[in-house]
Amino acid sequence: MSEREADRLMGVTVADRRADVGRFLLSWFAIPSALVVALLLGAVMMLVLGANPVTGYVALLKGAFGGSYALSSTAIQAVPLLLVGVGICIAFRANVFNIGGEGQIAMGGLAGAATALALPDLPSIVLIPLVLLAGAAGGAIWGGIPGIFKAKYNVNEILSTIMLNLVAVQVMNFLLAGPMVDQSPDSVGGLIPETKLLSPNSQLPILVPGTQLHLGVPIAVLVAVCVYILLWRTSFGFQIRSVGLSRSASAYAGMPVKRTITMAMTLSGAMCGIAGAILVFGSISHRMVTDGSLTGFTGSAGFNGIVVALFGGLNPLWTIFSAFFFGGLIVGGSALQVATGVPSDLVTALSGIVVVLVVSLEYLRRRARARTITLAGPRAARPPRPPHSNSLPTADGRGDE
Amino acid sequence: MNQFFTVDVLTVTVASGIALATPFLLAALGEVIGQRSGVINLGVDGIMLLAAFATYYTALRTGNLLLAVLAGAATGTVMGVVTALVSVTLKAEQGISGIGVYLFGLGFSALLFQKLVGTPLPIATLPPVGIPLLEGIPVIGGMFFRQSLLVYLAFLLVPVVSFVLNRTTYGLKIRAVGENPAAADSLGVSVARIRWSTLIIGSTFSGLAGASLLMYGGIFQVNLTQAEGFIAVALVYFGAWRPVGVMGGALLYGLVGVVILTWKSLGIIPLNASDLAATAPAVITVLALLFLARRFRQPAALGRPYEREG
Repeated sequence: MSEREADRLMGVTVADRRADVGRFLLSWFAIPSALVVALLLGAVMMLVLGANPVTGYVALLKGAFGGSYALSSTAIQAVPLLLVGVGICIAFRANVFNIGGEGQIAMGGLAGAATALALPDLPSIVLIPLVLLAGAAGGAIWGGIPGIFKAKYNVNEILSTIMLNLVAVQVMNFLLAGPMVDQSPDSVGGLIPETKLLSPNSQLPILVPGTQLHLGVPIAVLVAVCVYILLWRTSFGFQIRSVGLSRSASAYAGMPVKRTITMAMTLSGAMCGIAGAILVFGSISHRMVTDGSLTGFTGSAGFNGIVVALFGGLNPLWTIFSAFFFGGLIVGGSALQVATGVPSDLVTALSGIVVVLVVSLEYLRRRARARTITLAGPRAARPPRPPHSNSLPTADGRGDE
Repeated sequence: MNQFFTVDVLTVTVASGIALATPFLLAALGEVIGQRSGVINLGVDGIMLLAAFATYYTALRTGNLLLAVLAGAATGTVMGVVTALVSVTLKAEQGISGIGVYLFGLGFSALLFQKLVGTPLPIATLPPVGIPLLEGIPVIGGMFFRQSLLVYLAFLLVPVVSFVLNRTTYGLKIRAVGENPAAADSLGVSVARIRWSTLIIGSTFSGLAGASLLMYGGIFQVNLTQAEGFIAVALVYFGAWRPVGVMGGALLYGLVGVVILTWKSLGIIPLNASDLAATAPAVITVLALLFLARRFRQPAALGRPYEREG
């Protein structure tokens, strides 16, 4: 029996076939097409501003991926994005929106730097893991607070994390300009909010001589793989995804919903905290330094990590590629600015467009899926998508609000 | 300490605190309208940045301040259309799409500023307008009745929004759509149309907020808002979705901000401790969220895109 006959017997019509194609296109090309549309809009912006978009994008690609130095800069830029992105994957999969990456990065950096200042004489093999763990702890606390607020008192986590970002930045500015400021004789008299040169034992070793590629890169990739395993190969990960899809159903199944939400936020914060520690100990200056502005230390990684995670479909493994790509956009942005005179802020604007498009297309994806399931006659028996489906959690899952 | 408590310093502090509260108030009022209809707009900060730039650029090029403020408001309106399309028609997850709008506004306003302006020049700001008779009252006149027109407009909008929400058919529809969209729908109220309208009005308010923020300092810079738009969203929760409550929160933010600045310049608190003091409003807001969350209920359908059953 040919496939067509089988289809006829099962009541599948040409229209269903078309819907299937539409579904396929939407599920596999929604995210890439969001990028294409964003880049096209970027080209229009460059044209309007009197720059040649081809020159611009070629310069951007060369600056990001042309040669080993560019590639290593891109990898370095990608590290905080990847770690934050992976943290976002954990939180968003549990359907809690951690917008607090900025603050958690700052707290992770502070905890790491304070540890290195307190214990400068430990050997590298002890000190490096210790400062990274301290960073994770700092971020975990700053992510856990809104997690507990959310789980116990149903405080909107989007707002509490945004507010805690503001608190963290001010605390960081205070500490770096006050108690933790560089007081060594050759410093500029505490004018710059920065720590003194941190212990050389805490510096992440360079892996490839002549580039900036440091130990933080393989660590970040390893963390991403571990989080993938955690989310898809452990019962705790199943709990996180299950709570993300439906809180009420998970509670009915006997899962500790509140604890899962708190843990997801804590872990998410820990990832951002490691990112902060790596920003400190992988930096060329080997200090923790800021400029007094909101993004002086983080470089907006807390927000860009959200873009990266969404672009990676909230899957930690895809997030690795997504982080590398967006790291490249950021590094290439300066090359674009040099070549065309269009400020590198273009990249930030394009990231915003990517986010808006990805979440907008998500609805069309869901609808296409729902239509095939309801229209396809006998094939409606197709089981509903399991929690590992590649879709974002939706507001429908937030049963308790 | 004594320096701070002279009448002159106090008058100036309160007066500029009110001016500083204006952008918060306008943005938060706009957000109240949207949230009462069930939509969270987290892109307020981005919209304010774009509007502030539009205001700045128009003022720089034309010198016409009225036109500049209108340009800011119009920018808000346009972004309202975008927000409504994404949140209402395409039913995107509102918490995330708002971050997208924010990043776009942050990047695009910085891009345009650096490309079109480069070296920042201050513009003339809206002049203070005294209200006849009232401005003559000692102390109080100087505090409240010698402000710019945008400030008066913002505070006049508080009773107006309150009245529209609570005493008009349109307000009833907004609240119905925010509490129980399915019921409103069954009575023939178009959920989508109401939400489109509230988002466009609300974003226009955000545009005005951007304009008033620019008029406070008279100069644009990259990331001028410093997350003020996000604070405005939090103030909506702080004010329990009521225009008067929101006004209280905005005044608190404005006054605390100005008091910290004044204390810093008078040397009442050491310079670096001012960073710590500046966390006060954010900490207060988090605590308010914590304690008010149980006392006031948010609109039942807040954050949920509406889809007809069946």
